[in-house]
Amino acid sequence: MAPKPESTAKLAPLGREFRGVSMAGAYTRELFWQAFKGSLAKFDPRVQIHNPVMFVVWVGTLVTFALTIQPSLFGPSNASRLYNGVVTIVLALTVWFANYAEALAEGRGKAKAESLRQTRANLVGVRVRNDGRQETVPATELRTGDIVRVDKNDVVPADGEVIEGVAYVNESAITGESAPVLKEPGTDMFSSVTAGTTVISDWLVFRVTVDPGHTFLDRMIQLVEAAKRQKTPNEIALTVLLSVLTLIFVIVVATIAPVAAYLEARINVADLVALLVALIPTTIGALLSAIGIAGIDRTMRFNVLATSGKAVEAAGDVQTLILDKTGTITTGNREAREFLPVAGRTRQELIQTAYLASYFDTTPEGRNVVTASTAQGSQPIPGLDQAHGLDFSAHTRMSGIDLPDGRIIRKGAVSAIVGAAVENFGQRAPFDLQNIADGVPRKGATPLAVSVDGVILGIVVLSDMLKPGISERMQELRKMAVRTVMVTGDNPLTARTIAAEAGVDDFVAEMKPEEKLQLVLEEQSKGRLVAMTGDGTNDAPALAQADVGLAMHSGTMPAKEAANLIDLDSDPTKLTDLVAIGRQMLITRGALTTFSIANDVAKYFAIIPAMFIIALPGLAALNVMGLATPQSAVLSALIFNALIIPLLIPLALRGVHFLAETAETLFKRNLWIYGLGGLIAPFIGIKLIDLMIAPLV
Amino acid sequence: MSAQAWLQIILTLLAIFLVSIPLGRYMARIVMGRPTKLDRIFDPIDNAIYFLIGRRVAAQAMTWRTYTVHMLVTNLAMAIIIYLVLSFQNWLPLNQLNFPAVDPLLAFNTTISFVTNTNWQAYGGESTLSNFSQMGAITFAMFTSATTGFVVAMAWIRAFTVRNGGADLGNFYRDFIRFITRVLMPICFLVALFMIAQGAVQTFDASIVAHTLQGGDQTMVVGPVASQGTIELIGTNGGGFYNANAAHPFQNPTPLTNIVLIVLMASLPASIIVTFGEMIGNRRQAWVLYGVLGTLLVLFLLLCVVPEQHGTPMLANAGVDMQASTDQPGGNMEGKEVRFGISASGLFAAITTAFTTGAVNSAHDSYTPLPGITMIGQMMLQCVFGGKGVGFLNALIYGLIAVFVAGLMVGRTPQFLGKKIEKQEIILVSLALLIHPLVILTATAWSVLAPYALSSLANNSIHGYEEILYAFSSSAANNGSAFAGLNANTPWFNLATASVILFGRYPPIIFLMAVAGSVARKPTTPATTATLRTDTVSFGVFWFATILIVGALTFFPALVLGPIAEFFAMRNGQVF
Repeated sequence: MAPKPESTAKLAPLGREFRGVSMAGAYTRELFWQAFKGSLAKFDPRVQIHNPVMFVVWVGTLVTFALTIQPSLFGPSNASRLYNGVVTIVLALTVWFANYAEALAEGRGKAKAESLRQTRANLVGVRVRNDGRQETVPATELRTGDIVRVDKNDVVPADGEVIEGVAYVNESAITGESAPVLKEPGTDMFSSVTAGTTVISDWLVFRVTVDPGHTFLDRMIQLVEAAKRQKTPNEIALTVLLSVLTLIFVIVVATIAPVAAYLEARINVADLVALLVALIPTTIGALLSAIGIAGIDRTMRFNVLATSGKAVEAAGDVQTLILDKTGTITTGNREAREFLPVAGRTRQELIQTAYLASYFDTTPEGRNVVTASTAQGSQPIPGLDQAHGLDFSAHTRMSGIDLPDGRIIRKGAVSAIVGAAVENFGQRAPFDLQNIADGVPRKGATPLAVSVDGVILGIVVLSDMLKPGISERMQELRKMAVRTVMVTGDNPLTARTIAAEAGVDDFVAEMKPEEKLQLVLEEQSKGRLVAMTGDGTNDAPALAQADVGLAMHSGTMPAKEAANLIDLDSDPTKLTDLVAIGRQMLITRGALTTFSIANDVAKYFAIIPAMFIIALPGLAALNVMGLATPQSAVLSALIFNALIIPLLIPLALRGVHFLAETAETLFKRNLWIYGLGGLIAPFIGIKLIDLMIAPLV
Repeated sequence: MSAQAWLQIILTLLAIFLVSIPLGRYMARIVMGRPTKLDRIFDPIDNAIYFLIGRRVAAQAMTWRTYTVHMLVTNLAMAIIIYLVLSFQNWLPLNQLNFPAVDPLLAFNTTISFVTNTNWQAYGGESTLSNFSQMGAITFAMFTSATTGFVVAMAWIRAFTVRNGGADLGNFYRDFIRFITRVLMPICFLVALFMIAQGAVQTFDASIVAHTLQGGDQTMVVGPVASQGTIELIGTNGGGFYNANAAHPFQNPTPLTNIVLIVLMASLPASIIVTFGEMIGNRRQAWVLYGVLGTLLVLFLLLCVVPEQHGTPMLANAGVDMQASTDQPGGNMEGKEVRFGISASGLFAAITTAFTTGAVNSAHDSYTPLPGITMIGQMMLQCVFGGKGVGFLNALIYGLIAVFVAGLMVGRTPQFLGKKIEKQEIILVSLALLIHPLVILTATAWSVLAPYALSSLANNSIHGYEEILYAFSSSAANNGSAFAGLNANTPWFNLATASVILFGRYPPIIFLMAVAGSVARKPTTPATTATLRTDTVSFGVFWFATILIVGALTFFPALVLGPIAEFFAMRNGQVF
């Protein structure tokens, strides 16, 4: 079995500064152009109605447009056609900016879905009939149970299980991962082929396991598109709140007119519409859906496929992270940490012998022993090329080398080496061997004995290798108040050591995969949201039960179906990044909502005095910004209201700056930036716009 | 303002604060069913009542639906009783002055008004109601309506203390009875005795005849004034025996009783915050809320008292001395009792609108414009402590919205007291938030367009608009005080205010009880460092800003066209 290729996905450094994936190069000119076209189509009222805040602006635009054509539509008015026309243009721009933000956020997903569709449309397969004859058919005609042959440079036409042949397959069309994967029959992980991937060497014969329309490629297309359409729970709640605020402002503005009439203050309907649009939370209303889409988009660029935005949002809420030891916390390889000589042997002798014993050992452990002993000064000896290597086997539980000078060097499980020494060489185990060997597991490591011609020289201590940077990640998770639980089949001693080294909060040892479900339920019963990763079929129930289940693409189909997130790079540590993405999505929404509502204060001070300047001249005292004329005041507020949307699009798409820190610190900072900033910024912005446009009106 | 005026205000606020702590803790014991020293006296009384209404009913655990339905049915039953008493008072005893039956529309308005703790009085008490009606309809309703608001708030708080998915919000009848017998009754009894000792009237007689110095006879209406005047304030009701309410010397005889009354009307709504802290087991959270509401109160209070002392430019130009001195109070004394002066009147006006009581000891119509912002504004927010229970719930509407937005800002699904605030809660809270501006603004807008409404006005233009705005704000906030200057006993205003009262009272309560039901079913999520704590100063600031900004944004235009426009006009020498 070939070693699993290491993931080459580039992870954004989660730590001190999490800004998501870099924006550079993310948006091509083509995307901007597509977004421009998409934004115009979104003027359709059937689209607008889904966003109540912007729908109100859209209706307001129609009203002012009618007033531009006929200024006295709602009774005598001193507003000129030109003024009403300018208001109409600014309102239409406001709607357009919102459309544009959404279209831009959607663009990348659409492009991805489009390219996947292209791939699907071109699929053809070579079906091997029962009589052995082959026929070429479109992929849509392949059914479960069909036998298909693919040769070098063919694109796999359907999902299936390899039954014959060995070949390298490039899965980059699906996973974005260009390193080829070896496919062969009879393994759990490496026997399945996915439609859309390309065979780059040799040939394969596989049995189709799913009907057309249900392949992983179909599912991917569906997910890429559907995930963007569904609103997440918090997004729905926020939409409700914003809609009700909008409704309140509709009431507020609508009731101004009768009162003004009673006070014999003539007001322009265009001004009322302007006031309404300025007050309703257009900033967040315009960017809300873009934020959600961008959040899913960010997970997609992390090469994680989300079944829904809900899963991404839930990731931000996760309180307990269940992590498999192997593959997530440790690399799955073990390294030689220590060399412990026995019975008066020298350490150098032991190290050199261990080096020779591992010379032909291709297992990761063997390579690591070579690396460690080389670092301690071991060197090859002459004649090695004529030596004979003995591969490790589960039966003998040892490996080694037979040197040309007749020395027989073995390395393996302590009991196996001792057994061989007694049996083959009549040697007795050194007196202190047992003692030293027994001490090793207590430190969470595995002892390997090394012998020359049955004489045991000492113990090589093999320890699990932590993934680089894993303890920093755990520390960050702790700062984000995510509890980490490591699960492993190891004994409690080993588990404890690794848990301590990696810095996880808790561990469960000697766990069978099917017990994971129990663990998930247990954590959930304490009111916690649980996330876990998994790849095996027996992980599937737990993945389905977890609030966030991240399946590895290299995993089995049941696991992938049970999970709500699929990592195409098969890198379980990404779960920690998803927590950050989910939280960032919520933070961005909250921050822009605060900003949007705080903005209203300044807009009131711009528009209210302007509206009543003639009937209630005393209210001029409320014109604290000293805006030039009533017209310039209303227009400045409206223009500010419109311009703030495109100015904030990059923020909405990129997400608010976010550090791993306590809620309190985060809250305080965002309160300063978006709360106080939201109060002050429009006073400055409106004044500046007024200074610019005053000479024109 | 004089040092004595400042001292009076500071001491009054301090007294409210000091009373609220032990009282709030005592109420928490009552609500949570913990033993108190007074159990030996009250247990037999309560048990007798439970026996009367059926022990099973009084013991069953109630979900939010059952609790709300029992509350509504009880309210309806009481409304029917009140309406019947008013409509048949000419057949009922203690009608020595032979008042006729109350006109149906007025009786309807009064019934709605009193069963909802609004106590908007479109009638003059001493010229309309028999002593039996005053006791059997008015005083009775003032106990039960205050209790209704209180128990709803308590049931609501319980929802947050229910651990892991229970739906039990307590038992309506048990809460209702225990609050009346163990809190309201004892306090009222003691305070009424004090009022009588100070000179308030308490008798079954209906009138006394006084021989005036000029040699004429003057008939003065008397009755069970002290008992009614006590619950009127303790229950944040405001339905006075006399039309002059707390300005009447028979009800509010001395400056000492004036201060006691102010402390009384503020004490229970302030205590509820303390009770809240005890019930959720987090006093810090309660103090944060107390701080938010207290700050609002002080700000509004200053806005009410200080400008009043400055009077108006017209008065100053006319040579009136605005400085308070030992000889005269200075400032704008129009519409105020000479016994109380500026600060005690302003203090009363600010407190009665803050705690949505509605009792008055001065004519609110006659204040300078800025105090108008205090009075109308506090009723628009209706959570500057607010009425009993309901004010607390209103503060929590803003609180939950603040929790939601702040929670998003730290990147977690928002939670309050360990319960997640999600779609369902936000929908209900938003609807509750919507009702108040909806009823006030639409009723006002309708009235300023309707000739049959405008004919009730004593003033035109801005001040006339303010009178209408005040009336509907007062109705919607279950305050019940009147700006005066508005003839409220007309078919339009009787119907319109009654409708505004009903819509302002029950739908928000039902929405909030539904929130309670939804919250109670949720598991309690353990707090971590990533959970936004709501018992911190920074969250308090955000809560404060949410109340001010969301509230002010909603009502700012309405206030601009009223008191604010009037203020700027006054500075330009124009009056309305």
